[in-house]
Amino acid sequence: MSAPVLIAGIGVVSAIGMDTGSNLQSLVTEKAGIGKMRWLQSAHAAELPVGEVNRSNEELANLTGLSARYPRTALLSAIAARETLLDAGWDKPDSSRTGFISANTVGGMDKTEEFFKQFSKNPAAGKLSQVVHHECGAVTELVADFLGIRHFVSTVSTACSSSANAIFTGARLIRAGLLDFALVGGADALTRFTLNGFNTLMILDKEPCQPFDENRRGLNLGEGSAYLLLASEKGMRMLNKNPYAMLRGYANANDAYHQTASSPEGTGSFLAMKGALDKAGMKATDIDYINLHGTGTQNNDIAEGTAIRLLFDPAFPKMSSTKAYTGHTLGASGAVEAVYSILAIQHGIIFPNLRFETPMKEFSFHPVTRLMKHQRIQNVLSNSFGFGGNCSSLIFSAA
Amino acid sequence: MDNLKQKLKEQVIERLNLKDLKPENIGDDQPLFVEGIGLDSIDALELIVLLQQEYNIKLSNAEDGPRVFHSIRTMADYITANSGIVKISP
Amino acid sequence: MQTERYIISSCLISANRVYQNGRVIFESPGTAEVFLNAVYAHIEIAYPKFHKMDSLSKLGFLAAEILLKNRNPENKLSETETGLVLSNANASLDVDLKYVKTIQAGASPALFVYTLPNIVIGEISIRHRFKGENAFFVFKQFDGNFMTEYVNGLFEKNLIKSCICGWVEILQEEYRAILYLIETDNPGNAMPFTAEHLNKLNQPENG
Repeated sequence: MSAPVLIAGIGVVSAIGMDTGSNLQSLVTEKAGIGKMRWLQSAHAAELPVGEVNRSNEELANLTGLSARYPRTALLSAIAARETLLDAGWDKPDSSRTGFISANTVGGMDKTEEFFKQFSKNPAAGKLSQVVHHECGAVTELVADFLGIRHFVSTVSTACSSSANAIFTGARLIRAGLLDFALVGGADALTRFTLNGFNTLMILDKEPCQPFDENRRGLNLGEGSAYLLLASEKGMRMLNKNPYAMLRGYANANDAYHQTASSPEGTGSFLAMKGALDKAGMKATDIDYINLHGTGTQNNDIAEGTAIRLLFDPAFPKMSSTKAYTGHTLGASGAVEAVYSILAIQHGIIFPNLRFETPMKEFSFHPVTRLMKHQRIQNVLSNSFGFGGNCSSLIFSAA
Repeated sequence: MDNLKQKLKEQVIERLNLKDLKPENIGDDQPLFVEGIGLDSIDALELIVLLQQEYNIKLSNAEDGPRVFHSIRTMADYITANSGIVKISP
Repeated sequence: MQTERYIISSCLISANRVYQNGRVIFESPGTAEVFLNAVYAHIEIAYPKFHKMDSLSKLGFLAAEILLKNRNPENKLSETETGLVLSNANASLDVDLKYVKTIQAGASPALFVYTLPNIVIGEISIRHRFKGENAFFVFKQFDGNFMTEYVNGLFEKNLIKSCICGWVEILQEEYRAILYLIETDNPGNAMPFTAEHLNKLNQPENG
């Protein structure tokens, strides 16, 4: 039996709160963060609702002391990462080996867009300093420096499953005895790049989204950041506290079907969920709650639903998509939803799938529509399925 | 109309990177999707952008795609019916 | 229990040359785009979807085709137990730049679809029907130590029986792909899977 991977700290920034406490507050009061964009400048501002973090870049910078010229992704990442370390009481313990594995898909794109606007009119215009942190890896390095983590730093970039993959990469390094702590998760900020791209794929909802609903119209983009501090047993002893939960299972598979659509049978989703159960040594009936990938697109929800039916029929656990609260935070989504999964275990709560009205005709099950308290939640399955067919599932369990 | 169909064939080949095809390889009524030329869903989206950029027609309901883009002829018919107007299909 | 793993084959594509297992097997002049199309023509596979791919996907796709080219058809790689672990420094920046230029007039969906570095894994998976574990890492340069640790970990957990791993990078005219096929059975003279050997195979141009 492999060594347990324990969760010592959590942190999250999203459209529904600037820290874990405010996110939880919004979740339990059923207060979504989807609305008109305020900070991102876009020609589509009036017609495309988003889950924007409710702060300007200057305000985000002030919270950390970082420069407001840094990419928004880095600022969001720094805030959530710092909260996680404070929450864990991690303060560069002597002789500990800490890794930082962070995911993102847009890197410093928001700054590059500003540069490009001027540069495309006049090749002599535009400040090169704006593009210096463009790459995904550069954003991670900025935050690693900010946190003082040097031992191991890496970036994962696999679309919407990125931060889920970062999480179990960290777990593997801990189990292999290479790290005592792994700060794992990701961040992504809203950019015109992604907004226009998703718009041209025609999968955005012009209304607030309705995941897993028969009449769903698409997804809302969101932004945010979240991290977990994973620890070995030795690491937990250094922190002298109890873990929130354990990471019991994880798996990754490729759908091998299309660059941006899931196979109708949900092959990749099925393999990822089944793989995670096998890894955890669990049966489908051991799962108390599924935090769905549930983007609200025609394609994802039917593929994911089909995979769930194949795996869980006839006993379906409670399930919901929290993207109805936050929007789809892309590279951050695996980690944001991991934090929510851990909150579900900690507080015995199942979050509702907001704005749900009509069950999908293909399935006999449907998501939870009201907040449920006082639940006994031992095991949570969290799904993240990305473009490129990259499908990942994580299983968190009560410690 | 024949000019339009010829032009469409050239535009489709260019925009969709159909390197192995020439306009004379595409029949007016040959199905573009699945069987026939074998285009996929991303190609359909590119054709929507083509309609917008070259013909100023906005197809805002992706579900009309299969009907409009069934063949070069249906595309030409649609363009002729909607040309000159920036139209949002029902 | 430590089992040896072996580098069964390798493919390096760089500076207008293709190397298979350290030997040049193809050379052709021209820009990156011209060269990649020439490699595609040379390997004679009928795969029209190739022309829709962005340069990163074309590069990775071709390297994988050549890596697996001489494999015995009776001994095909398992669809569910072949891992794909790739890395680079610039993620999808090459096509990001092309895509960004289209946003003003009308964002191109065909380009947007490639603006993630792991889509190259998707294309290789679609081609060979691989459904196994797959990951994409962004590093400043190829990290042989990380790659061997990570891939060995996958083998040890019995998640995979074979692994295609390496580095696939392109930014405009600068490109380099090095892919390795790693397995547990040694057909005879295969190099053991170590960071040292990965790095050695990554530099055949230097003799």
